[in-house]
Amino acid sequence: MNTIGLALAAATGLMGLGVLIALGTGVRLRAAATGTCTALIGVAGIVAGVAALAGPTFAADLPFLIPVLGARLAVDPLGGLFTAVTGGVVTAAAIYGIGYNRGRHGQRGRAAQALTAVFAWSMIMVPCAASVTTLLATWELMALASLLLVVAEHHRRTAVAEAGRWYAAMTQLGFIALLLGLVLFAATAGGDSFDALRAADPSPARSAVIFVLVLLGFGSKAGLVPAHVWLPRAHPEAPSPVSAMLSAAMVNLGVYGVLRVGFDLAGGGTRWWWLLVLAVGAASALLGILQAAMANDLKRLLAYSTVENMGLIFIGIGAAGVLLSSGAPQLAALALAAALLHVVNHASFKSLLFFGAGSVLRATGTRDLDALGGLRARMPVTTVLFAFGAMSAAALPPSNGFGSEWLLIQALVHGIPAGGVVTAVAIPVAVAVVALTAGLAMATFVKALGVGFFARPRGDGAARATESPAPMLVGMGLAALACLATALAPATLAPALARTVGTTTGVAGDVIAGGVTVRLTATTSTMSPLVITAGLALAIAATAMGIVLVGRRVRRRRAVALWDCGGGVPTARMQSTASSFAEPLQRVFAGVLDPETGVDTASCPESRYLVTQMTYRRRLSDRVERRLYPPLATAIRWLSGIGPILANGSLHRYLAYGFVGVTGLLIVLAVC
Amino acid sequence: MTPAALLVTAIQVVAVVAFAPVVVGLMRQVRARLEGRAGAGIGQPWRDLRKLLRRQPTTPEGTGWAFRLAPLILMGTTLVIAAAVPLLTTAPVLGPAADLLVVVGLLALGTVVLALAALDTGTAFGGMGASREMMVLALAEPTILLGVFALSARTGSTNLGGIVSATLDDPARLVTPASLLAAGALAVVVVAETGRLPVDNPSTHLELTMLHEAMVLEYSGTDLGLVELASSVRLTVLLGLFASLFVPWGISGAGLAGLPLALAALAGKVGILATALAGTEVFLAKLRMFRVPELLAGSFVLALLAVCASFLLA
Repeated sequence: MNTIGLALAAATGLMGLGVLIALGTGVRLRAAATGTCTALIGVAGIVAGVAALAGPTFAADLPFLIPVLGARLAVDPLGGLFTAVTGGVVTAAAIYGIGYNRGRHGQRGRAAQALTAVFAWSMIMVPCAASVTTLLATWELMALASLLLVVAEHHRRTAVAEAGRWYAAMTQLGFIALLLGLVLFAATAGGDSFDALRAADPSPARSAVIFVLVLLGFGSKAGLVPAHVWLPRAHPEAPSPVSAMLSAAMVNLGVYGVLRVGFDLAGGGTRWWWLLVLAVGAASALLGILQAAMANDLKRLLAYSTVENMGLIFIGIGAAGVLLSSGAPQLAALALAAALLHVVNHASFKSLLFFGAGSVLRATGTRDLDALGGLRARMPVTTVLFAFGAMSAAALPPSNGFGSEWLLIQALVHGIPAGGVVTAVAIPVAVAVVALTAGLAMATFVKALGVGFFARPRGDGAARATESPAPMLVGMGLAALACLATALAPATLAPALARTVGTTTGVAGDVIAGGVTVRLTATTSTMSPLVITAGLALAIAATAMGIVLVGRRVRRRRAVALWDCGGGVPTARMQSTASSFAEPLQRVFAGVLDPETGVDTASCPESRYLVTQMTYRRRLSDRVERRLYPPLATAIRWLSGIGPILANGSLHRYLAYGFVGVTGLLIVLAVC
Repeated sequence: MTPAALLVTAIQVVAVVAFAPVVVGLMRQVRARLEGRAGAGIGQPWRDLRKLLRRQPTTPEGTGWAFRLAPLILMGTTLVIAAAVPLLTTAPVLGPAADLLVVVGLLALGTVVLALAALDTGTAFGGMGASREMMVLALAEPTILLGVFALSARTGSTNLGGIVSATLDDPARLVTPASLLAAGALAVVVVAETGRLPVDNPSTHLELTMLHEAMVLEYSGTDLGLVELASSVRLTVLLGLFASLFVPWGISGAGLAGLPLALAALAGKVGILATALAGTEVFLAKLRMFRVPELLAGSFVLALLAVCASFLLA
């Protein structure tokens, strides 16, 4: 048993210990002790993942764990990358949670604490599964634990119950799709281990059915359109540390599943698979960021931004598959490396942002951007860290979000001549989608930061806010450090990415070379975040020096009243709100978003020109959801109406069913 | 990184910063003459800047670090861009570190920082300016990246020096449909990014028509001077970059020998572009705010055609 095996065993032991502590200790000790256990599970995940990325693989058969089929574990670089990322998110979230659970929004109950440890462990084990049964078992454990955690605050808000129902329905439908797809695959292969699946050679039609079902199942977990509807409901309603785990770690496992099945087990498939993935990714990126740009709820905004980032990752995966099947393996490796780097970067900045949103919720009691503001003076550390995360999410240089989008665009720009007319049409559109997404992400995060944290408080909660306790700041600091490292030195991840890409697609060799300057082996483009950062620092210092020299003496800043074009000092209500900030974009994209707006005016009884009150209404529902799901629900209700007709309680009828069934089966068997 | 390259880049940055206010002065003067006014002379922006930069900075009540740091960061991004784009030389020092995508990103960073500062003031005008500016930025982004795409498709690299050198080696590329369409698309984007007519009116005094000016209303003294200087440098750099991409002749290599010619060529090209831009502006009115997306969508279509042309007609 090597390092990986020991780390996984340690994680399992710690999970058991965490559950025992959660169930056995008093409320004072519980959160801190279980939180420490969960953090250590995360550390074990990092150790196992990093060890797998560094070289040795690990495989174990545990036939006694699951009856008949047995459990199989194996960790290769692809699984290792996702285990390590999950471990990192879990560690930071658990440390953050120790502080968060002390506050009024904390979850100190036995079940919530025990389930957090189980959820963390199951997320780490999903990429280690090496058979269909093991994968489905860990997957379902993860889904159930996260569902129970999502509904943890059901007694506080009614919206939680609705979110829980949506999540339960979507995760189970996704599981059914996954079950059908993988069982069909295993039946074709004649065995349920991944080795048997790799050796199988299903017919094109059958493998197409398998891939579409698996994409549906994993895509619903990753929040891809049109199965994204649960995500902006469930992620905001979960307790904040759990939100971070859902949005920064669990969604990645959907990415992992598609990579594992599509590239590794099914061997790359045909081109239309990946064009489908590309199209779904592009739709998710655009719809996600448009809804995020319109959102007023800080956590909902972040959840929709997760949909966007998953879309970007799937654009990269789709491009990799298309390029691979078009005979451009080096560029395919680059696109896949970009997608994987974005998985790492998104995990780091999204956990940071969800921690920030949780701190705001804890300090102010609200997630509504229109009731926030003025937090930079009262929560200085949180504001700086959130600003850092927002810069990454907006993909501004020299942040880590920019680094992975740069790689993605490089792969796309150079991939256009690879595959004839199909890529010549698909890839420019993909570049345009990535660019529009980047532009809208900037507007979104300027809104989140500028309206949420800057200017003056718009509500009582924001006016009374205080800085978060130390464990929360440490958790945020860890996520911020991860952002900083991946931003300044993305090339240090190059060997790990190259190994992962190698095991996934079979394209060996480095994709990214160079230390300070990022060089691409497939193209001649170069970029250096470290030099840009140094240049920016130097330029800012030079400007500050120049000001002092030109001004001849350092003058103190004079405090003055706001001018506002001579309008006098404005009140806090006159500030831009999240709705008013997003209004121009809402108007531009009205055809896509289809918002319902209206102004209600109440006037004096004497004259309708004397207005006493005006109310602006805006209702923005998800158009995909409105168009797709109500008809679906109606259809299911109609189908379920058939049940009572078929099963009306008459024993004769049931006997007739049995008779017809058996004779029908015999006829089929006799004919075939 | 050779000492010669370092020196040339330093000269490039100093020259751009020194001449940027003159470019703005030239544009105002051209406009004044065409409108039948005497004008204040092309040195007026420098005189204004000297006055502003010596004044005491002010901090309006209720603003925080975002408001105070924004002018410095804006100027910082502008200087880095000036050291990364090929204006005098095809091999500026930051060229390998910052390709065209990074330059686009740094331009956006400057705009974002200014928008955050505008929101930080908590005034109605600040919020309005920030939200409109972000809308224009978001919609201009696809055009810029597709323009970049069209330009880099012909050289296989997004590094600016490489694109300019490749054009110098093979000038016939400039008259291809891809290049001409990309030039048209990027011209619209340069106008939008620098806040010129018909997207924004830099000399407006009607608050409701402002974009950029509404964001910087609360700045005064040194801070205002920095913001003004940075916007004029951004304008000059973008005009110079446009000239280098589509009329690259006169630009020097890595050495010092071609520098005087390169300086003269850059001054001439930027002067002509600025005069043409100012001359066009006289005949244009500002577009209604919600007509601007149509203009940007038009430029997006041009850019998409450029990309398709670069592939299908190559």
